[in-house]
Amino acid sequence: MRVEEPSLSPDEGFAAIVLPHLDAAHNLARWLMHDAAAAEDVLQEALLRALTYFSSFRGGNARAWLLQIVRNTAYGAIATERARPLVPIAADEEEAGAVAELRATGDDPETSLIRSREQGGVRALIAALPFELREVMVLRELEELSYKDIAEVTRTPIGTVMSRLWRARRSLVEAAAKQGLTP
Amino acid sequence: MSSRPDRALDCDKVLLVQAEFDGELDAAQAAALAAHRSDCPVCQAALRELAQARELIREAPYERLSDEARRRLLDRLPAAARPAAPPVRQPLAWRRWFDWRAGGFGFGLGAACAAALAFLLLTPAAETLTQQVVAEHIRALQPGHLEDVVSTDQHTVKPWFDGRLDFAPPVKNLASAGFPLKGGRLDYIDDRPVAALVYQRDKHIIDLFVWPQPGDAGIESTVRQGYNVVHWTRGGMTFWAVSDVELAQLRDFAEVFEQTR
Repeated sequence: MRVEEPSLSPDEGFAAIVLPHLDAAHNLARWLMHDAAAAEDVLQEALLRALTYFSSFRGGNARAWLLQIVRNTAYGAIATERARPLVPIAADEEEAGAVAELRATGDDPETSLIRSREQGGVRALIAALPFELREVMVLRELEELSYKDIAEVTRTPIGTVMSRLWRARRSLVEAAAKQGLTP
Repeated sequence: MSSRPDRALDCDKVLLVQAEFDGELDAAQAAALAAHRSDCPVCQAALRELAQARELIREAPYERLSDEARRRLLDRLPAAARPAAPPVRQPLAWRRWFDWRAGGFGFGLGAACAAALAFLLLTPAAETLTQQVVAEHIRALQPGHLEDVVSTDQHTVKPWFDGRLDFAPPVKNLASAGFPLKGGRLDYIDDRPVAALVYQRDKHIIDLFVWPQPGDAGIESTVRQGYNVVHWTRGGMTFWAVSDVELAQLRDFAEVFEQTR
């Protein structure tokens, strides 16, 4: 089935190749899931899977490989959430409500405070995007992956990646304008 | 998403403008695009929006893993694979787990999952696939992992896979033959998403993993870590059934599945 395996022994290999990308894996999981605990669960499960599938890793971009597993795990977790009608997801709506009161202001002594509140605002706007738009946005803007890598992580044709990215960015700009959030 | 038409796609070059913005065009393509853009208000507006979007998202935090969460994660990872043993809370737990594995199962723990994982790491590549389906089966038996869509009706399970997979797995209810369908889930085997159909035989669970593969191969069976594995390829799909039911019953299952339309 498989050709040859990496020459590192499994423990060296996994620790050296996969573990350096834990931050990226967490970043993606955190943006795809609606709360920190769910993100950590997804990350944990993804690592377990990565360990299981590590023997089939054929070299190349390890970060994209791990992100693909995180993405699929998150996707599965969300599908499971949807299959169970009683999972409440409320925290982000509250955040979005608070955002409506925000107005961007110029530089003043409270800039840093406002900045941190704006982070909440942008976060809520991104969190409100549908999964398939959010994932391309995070992979492109925060992980700075190429279109080709994004296509691989999301198992989507490059053309679809491009149009989703465009829709994601437009939605973000429009939603920010509605909320009076300016960059 | 709303169904609002995307008016900014009034120019078919908008996605190219975006590609240039993302550094995906080579110099010649970029030059050709620049010539077009100087005359195209739609593309000029698109570029402004792209810059705005980028500035906005730069405000969004990069969600690094906290030290505490990292430690928790690495500690819990092997612990999750062997729920019987108490978690080891120290930074080197990850490394220790590998040492433990290399040291020949010195911990004496019985969790099948831990054995499955260790087994996967220790054996040569040739039998990867059998190991993967068995490991997925074991993983799925943990609480809450068995099905993503719970239904005994193949007309519910089959559409559930639409949009989640790039192929349509055959979903059959074999209740009349004593193998009722319980549901389905997405799994990930051999680097690709696959359909996992969950069937029941008395108290036993049968996982049937399905994904596209050309060729034709009759039913073959093997045993892995106490689980029976039956495998065949037909009609552009490959099938892997894994269960702890007796091998004869699992082969029956495969035959019934193949004969049912």
